[in-house]
Amino acid sequence: MTAKPVPAGQRRKKYSMSRLERKNTLIAYSFLAPNFIGFAIFTLVPVILSVVMSFTEWKGGALSSMQWVGLDNYASIFKSVKVGQKMGELGFFGGLDYFFNKVDLGISLKNTVFYTAVTVPLSLVAAIVLALVLNKAVKGAVAFRAVLFFPYVASMVAICVCWNFMLMKNGPINQMLMSLGSTFNKSWTADGTMAFWAIVLVSVWRNMGYYMVIYLAALQGIPRELYEAATVDGANKWQQFWAITLPQLRPTTFFASIMLIIGCFKIYDTVYIMTEGGPGRATKMLVLYIYQEAFNNYHYGLASAIAMVLLVVVLLVTILQFRMEKRYANN
Amino acid sequence: MTQVRRFPIGKILIYLVLIALSAFTLIPFVWMISASLKLDREVFSFPMRWIPETFHWENYSLIWTKVPMLTYFKNTAIIAICVTLIQTLTSSFAAYAFAKLRFKGRDVLFLCYISTIAVPWQAYMLPQFILMRSMGLYDRLLAIMVLQAFSAFGVFLMRQFYQNIPDELCEAARIDGLSEYGIWARIMLPLSTAAIATLVIFTFVGTWNDFMGPMIYLTRDENKTIQVGLRRFIQENSSDYHLIMAASVVSLVPVSVVFLALQRYFIEGIATSGLKG
Repeated sequence: MTAKPVPAGQRRKKYSMSRLERKNTLIAYSFLAPNFIGFAIFTLVPVILSVVMSFTEWKGGALSSMQWVGLDNYASIFKSVKVGQKMGELGFFGGLDYFFNKVDLGISLKNTVFYTAVTVPLSLVAAIVLALVLNKAVKGAVAFRAVLFFPYVASMVAICVCWNFMLMKNGPINQMLMSLGSTFNKSWTADGTMAFWAIVLVSVWRNMGYYMVIYLAALQGIPRELYEAATVDGANKWQQFWAITLPQLRPTTFFASIMLIIGCFKIYDTVYIMTEGGPGRATKMLVLYIYQEAFNNYHYGLASAIAMVLLVVVLLVTILQFRMEKRYANN
Repeated sequence: MTQVRRFPIGKILIYLVLIALSAFTLIPFVWMISASLKLDREVFSFPMRWIPETFHWENYSLIWTKVPMLTYFKNTAIIAICVTLIQTLTSSFAAYAFAKLRFKGRDVLFLCYISTIAVPWQAYMLPQFILMRSMGLYDRLLAIMVLQAFSAFGVFLMRQFYQNIPDELCEAARIDGLSEYGIWARIMLPLSTAAIATLVIFTFVGTWNDFMGPMIYLTRDENKTIQVGLRRFIQENSSDYHLIMAASVVSLVPVSVVFLALQRYFIEGIATSGLKG
């Protein structure tokens, strides 16, 4: 009886490491080492530490001065926001109202969620429209694509300060809107509501070119036969869009919305440069709050605990993406 | 005689929409350039003029004397070039091991890389900061270099690409007596120029535009990068709109040049790696 042929990888596992294998492993490690050493020190260890730190009290300095405090940091989030106490005084909804309108953490959470809820759909719609239009154009498509993508490459500081100026009193945007009959002529970033929309505007303006590129690639992957069959069946362009294009783009839309949600939750540069969270706390976002707690107020443990909230949100969204991707793959 | 040339109204509509959207995309840049050539009182004139009455080119020489722009540029260039070099070299090296070599602990190590991709930087920037400060890296250019140079993203991107290169190619080279280092240098590297171009442009642009990292780590003026320096310029000369715009235009030039030269790789890189997640 001859043994059935086994794939190389499985056959090797049956024996203990031979000298050759040991040599191969060493060679492999020598390939990995230059990157892995840097990666381990500057990324992997900090990631692990970030989880540890949220359970400890640490003012920096030697690692041995770190003290395990269990869930105290998380508890102090709740204590410091006094929600329980306020709920006792004002009732459940009164407490919620207090949390989301008076407490820094509540306000920045609320702002971040609103910002995400508005920016994600707007960016997606803009990206799809751009991709559809660009997919049809024959002449100059490459040039248009480059132009539309450019905002994504430009630095946030230059972009944000430019938009800030454009949205100022007597600035070009207000002038254009006034010529259309608007009476608003204030700096957008000085007005609570408009500051929020200024940030949404800049974000959508910047996102749409990037996701357009992803949609364009997806559009080119849709089989032509589907459209040909639909044309034979007498479906018009509009019906074809709803019945073929949009369903075929669903995995891409799902992927893009996940990436956008994560990106929106991490927003920092835009708010820091355009409004610094103001006016008042109208555009204060989660990461800006973490930053201020850590680097302005030196509440390391608390900041880490809040950062964990961000981490959990992002991880949950990512896990959801993997799950759904598997479902699409199976269909 | 019945032949009627159909007027391509659909096509024209498509181009109109495209031009309108491109204009919307470009307006801030056009306005930026226009404002950078005006006098400060002209910037918000009513009604606004897109083309300045006279071109004040001297704005572009003034900005270099107001803040040490040249130093900022030099720092950013040093950081961006070093990071790009280290990142491309070490990640293509590591990616080769992950894609083409069999060794103990491969899957565990790769999982370490992958799992950190999902973690937002903001969640671990604090322990990273404390760690780096205890290593004496605070307020040194080296801090930003090591921060950016060993990202999991680079390894992931290169590995995806190497996996599409057939194993038989490596096997054949091994039989011919080429060492693993030789295979990497003579076969993998020449075959992966597209992936490397993608990684180079991503890394360079990302490092050049990085704002939060340098803001946290670099405090002394002689260490600042262009983004943080530009921010300082804005704070110190907040009403010199024309000069701020001139400085902004200047800060955009290097990235624009790299983008225009390599935009094909950039966009194709996003289209493929973006879809693969």
